[in-house]
Amino acid sequence: MEDETVNNVMCQFTDPEGTPLGAPLYLPQNAGPQQLQQIVNKLLNNEEKLPYAFFISDLELVVPLETYLQKNKVSVEKVLAIVYQPQAIFRIRPVNRCSATIAGHAEAVLSVAFSPDGRQLASGSGDTTVRLWDLSTQTPMFTCTGHKNWVLCIAWSPDGKHLVSGSKAGELQCWDPQTGKPSGNPLVGHKKWITGISWEPVHLNAPCHRFVSASKDGDARIWDISLRKSVICLSGHTLAITCVKWGGDGVIYTGSQDCTIKVWETSQGKLIRELKGHGHWVNSLALSTEYVLRTGAFDHTGKTYSSPEEMKKVALERYNKMKGNAPERLVSGSDDFTMFLWEPAVSKHPKTRMTGHQQLVNHVYFSPDGQWVASASFDKSVKLWNGITGKFVAAFRGHVGPVYQISWSADSRLLLSGSKDSTLKIWDIRTQKLKQDLPGHADEVFAVDWSPDGEKVASGGKDRVLKLWMG
Amino acid sequence: MPQGDYIELHRKRNGYRLDHFERKRKKEAREVHKHSERAQKAIGIKGKMIAKKNYAEKALMKKTLAMHEESTSRRKVDDNVLDGAVPAYLLDRENTARAKILSNSIKQKRKEKAGKWEVPLPKVRPVAEDEMFKVIRSGKRKTKQWKRMVTKATFVGPGFTRKPPKYERFIRPSGLRFTKAHVTHPELKCTFNLEIIGVKKNPNGPTYTSLGVITKGTIIEVNVSELGLVTPAGKVVWGKSGLSNLVSQQILFQL
Repeated sequence: MEDETVNNVMCQFTDPEGTPLGAPLYLPQNAGPQQLQQIVNKLLNNEEKLPYAFFISDLELVVPLETYLQKNKVSVEKVLAIVYQPQAIFRIRPVNRCSATIAGHAEAVLSVAFSPDGRQLASGSGDTTVRLWDLSTQTPMFTCTGHKNWVLCIAWSPDGKHLVSGSKAGELQCWDPQTGKPSGNPLVGHKKWITGISWEPVHLNAPCHRFVSASKDGDARIWDISLRKSVICLSGHTLAITCVKWGGDGVIYTGSQDCTIKVWETSQGKLIRELKGHGHWVNSLALSTEYVLRTGAFDHTGKTYSSPEEMKKVALERYNKMKGNAPERLVSGSDDFTMFLWEPAVSKHPKTRMTGHQQLVNHVYFSPDGQWVASASFDKSVKLWNGITGKFVAAFRGHVGPVYQISWSADSRLLLSGSKDSTLKIWDIRTQKLKQDLPGHADEVFAVDWSPDGEKVASGGKDRVLKLWMG
Repeated sequence: MPQGDYIELHRKRNGYRLDHFERKRKKEAREVHKHSERAQKAIGIKGKMIAKKNYAEKALMKKTLAMHEESTSRRKVDDNVLDGAVPAYLLDRENTARAKILSNSIKQKRKEKAGKWEVPLPKVRPVAEDEMFKVIRSGKRKTKQWKRMVTKATFVGPGFTRKPPKYERFIRPSGLRFTKAHVTHPELKCTFNLEIIGVKKNPNGPTYTSLGVITKGTIIEVNVSELGLVTPAGKVVWGKSGLSNLVSQQILFQL
């Protein structure tokens, strides 16, 4: 009798940025996420049905509306704001076993990186070599010698045609991943060790030939691999630069130990913005579009592209789709135990300050869909934050040592963390719990990477072996 | 009776003497000559004292000069490839608590070259009963001799309460009770002050083990959870046992 009258609730769908979708609707209270998904697909006139997740005041809705209303004692008089977030249409299997332990490096493995198409793997080590690994046979393929000191960072170009590595001696070397041979002489110019390398996004310039490197000496340099020299030197930081990112709008972000983040323009190297706010070193930067910039034109379907123009076009499409109409967001993690969320294109003031860690934040990373931010800290925890508002969502505890590096799966549903306690752990974003514990390393894990196609995870650490993990 | 700072007061009122600074400069200029005269003339203990002081000053000056010279001279320090590579994000943090790290690779090393280094344990010497225990005479005429007092260091668990005197055969004096051990890691050459969890084995016999007596060569277990040791499965190691070597209460310890 009364059931029929109270059985409806006024709902308003909004997208993550807060734009309402259509007029408020009366929805039956027994509608669950699946029904809502149908409605949203209908409202958005999607031809193919896309999966969505629904959030009411930052909590994911997993039960029918009725149960939610009763449990949280929400008034049925008010309009219920439901945020819908598109989910990846593909699913990545969580890795759960070690498929190979490949020895080869004679010193600690300091960095590992999958190529943007996920078919190649490179690692840099303390034995001054870069190694390329054959993923199908899980054996060493090429050993690239040429550096004078520890290889600290490696970076693949977004078109997958070049690999650049930076060493502790300050020189950079470009490699051809097909042959494992160095292409040309080392690029010298930095006076101290290299702390970060970032390539120019492929949608701005194809084929890729420019990248930026950051160094301990306080300079960032833009290099051109076709000219084989440093084009622009971005100097202005008073202390070491710890992190550098080339943004999708064609600007470079540098985070430094002098507590500032600087934004540079890339045609002449002019400083366009300075973001101040941190009270201690800035350790790590992350862009909301970082994943799509890294993978360029390659997506989960494994398509290949013949011409650079085509690649550029597809990459631009992917970038625009990912970005939507919101500006690019930047998150910085610092030694002052906090993080800041910035929108550098809009304002020089931070959007939010994200506090909660009890030790320095070593690594921050946006999820591939830009909805989440994960942060790895030396307080042994990984924390998850809302990528748009910067609100705290969950803390993942379980590591017994500082967490060094994190990596997202391409569908943004799983998060991987590597720690000093010699384990890797996989966390489920939906349930906000530990999904998989991956012990096996004999010592600290320095570097982790999840391949963009989602098949494999690679990790390397102080025990000198490279481990491949599979689902 | 204090006379007050009349000099300062006078100077405040009337200023310095006109030749004050001139005199001061001259005095200071003469000072070296005076010092030298004194140094040349002084004999005996006084001479020695002056010579020693002069020498110390000279050495100090040479040292400071050398230090400044070193900072100006260009030297490439980090040219050679060092062991123990760390990623870029740890490069500026190397000095933080490196000594606290007992890493698993040390265990690995131990496997590789077992027996290469040995904890310098002395030969386990059997301890006679009359050295270990002191007989306590009891009774009104002090004729009963069934009570014993342990004369060596012991470990007594935290929940221990003494038995009533009538039933207490072995007394473990509270002054000789140890709760913490200095654990030396032979590879890292660093020492940790760790809590003792228990006595695993005393080589002199099971009675001593159950009494918790710590003598040379006793195997004790200590709490290493704060060192952050991890098993291959990623669990924190809680307890570890090792051989004790009571050299000035230092317990050498094998991992």
